[in-house]
Amino acid sequence: MNVQRRRLIAAGCASACFGAAAFAQMKDKVIRIVAKKFEYTPGEITLQKGTPVVLELTTEDVTMGFYAPALNVDVEIVPGKAVQVRLVPEKTGTFDFSCNVFCGDGHEDMGGKIHVT
Amino acid sequence: MADAIDRREFLKLAGVGGTVFASGLAGCAGMAATTRDDFYFVQLSDTHWGFKGAALNPDADGTLQKAVAAVNALSVQPDFIVFTGDLTHTTDDAKERRRRLAEFRDIVSKLNNRNVRFMPGEHDASLDNGQAWKEFFGQSYYSFDHKGVHFIAIDNVSDPAARIGEAQLAWMKADLDKQAKDAPIVVLTHRPLFDLMPQWDWATKDGAQAVAMLMPYRHVTVFYGHIHQEHHHMTGHIAHHSAKSLIFPLIAPGSKPKREPVPWDPAQPYRGLGFRSVEAPKEKITEYPVTKA
Repeated sequence: MNVQRRRLIAAGCASACFGAAAFAQMKDKVIRIVAKKFEYTPGEITLQKGTPVVLELTTEDVTMGFYAPALNVDVEIVPGKAVQVRLVPEKTGTFDFSCNVFCGDGHEDMGGKIHVT
Repeated sequence: MADAIDRREFLKLAGVGGTVFASGLAGCAGMAATTRDDFYFVQLSDTHWGFKGAALNPDADGTLQKAVAAVNALSVQPDFIVFTGDLTHTTDDAKERRRRLAEFRDIVSKLNNRNVRFMPGEHDASLDNGQAWKEFFGQSYYSFDHKGVHFIAIDNVSDPAARIGEAQLAWMKADLDKQAKDAPIVVLTHRPLFDLMPQWDWATKDGAQAVAMLMPYRHVTVFYGHIHQEHHHMTGHIAHHSAKSLIFPLIAPGSKPKREPVPWDPAQPYRGLGFRSVEAPKEKITEYPVTKA
């Protein structure tokens, strides 16, 4: 699956989550992840296989990316605007996520891990 | 033709340890069948002027000058020289960015060959959308013709999200529309246009659109940088060749879970660094180290 397709899927997921935000708040666990140069907080999260979750992504300084190809997530996070991504992990394992919007000296090392148990 | 033979002999004999990629310029195979003039150009990439880090390159403030001297030492000078991005190492300080760009420009002004083409990398251009880089080097994407070969320089770094963008893709289409389907075309860019390792940021988000646009043309070759090592890949009939860096090498794609640089080896200084010559239409890429082995 190419990057463009992944982006479309992620964008569609993000939009759907915006539309169902109230529903998501009622039903799904929300995990907030804050990006800033050059780290994510938290840098590691643990999800349950088959359990829906909403990642709420924000950035404290500049535009960042959140790219987790194994989970079909590829979104940009703009300062001042939270992005919500709904996930239903389908397989267990540990998956990397990283920033794919160049943000400075340290960008190459900016990433984290998603554990699915 | 005698000149071409002399040049090949020179590349073999005076190549300061250079190695030849025999099947290079595969996409331009048709070029040899034409009556086009013989020439070669030199590609340098990822000089990262301003980088500090002795563990990776204790001669970070001297390697570029050595590369300039090595190119000047070629007894047969190339028709032109191209730098495929990351001329400077990134900095948040706009004033420092311009200082590094100015120093880089001053150093490469020592090249004997004054026909030099420049391209930005994300370290030069992504933090200000190419503003400072353009002040020094002009348009970040452009095309030109040289002795029957059409060159297209694509900017996939001024957008920090690694997109070429709709406007540039439209320009590229209009540019390609003027070319015959059998025209020899060389694309110069910084990031790979194909998904080499997107999880390592080794991709261009809309690169597939550019490749699709190039696909109807039968003789296309892409030269790029970014990944700090020689790498060769085919998308259909289109060959993609990445260049070595002039600051530090990176590990091979996928060889470890995380991308990382290769530390400096005091026993083999400058190992993995270098530049290349590209002969056209003779389909030959020759890799050179920074200094004589």
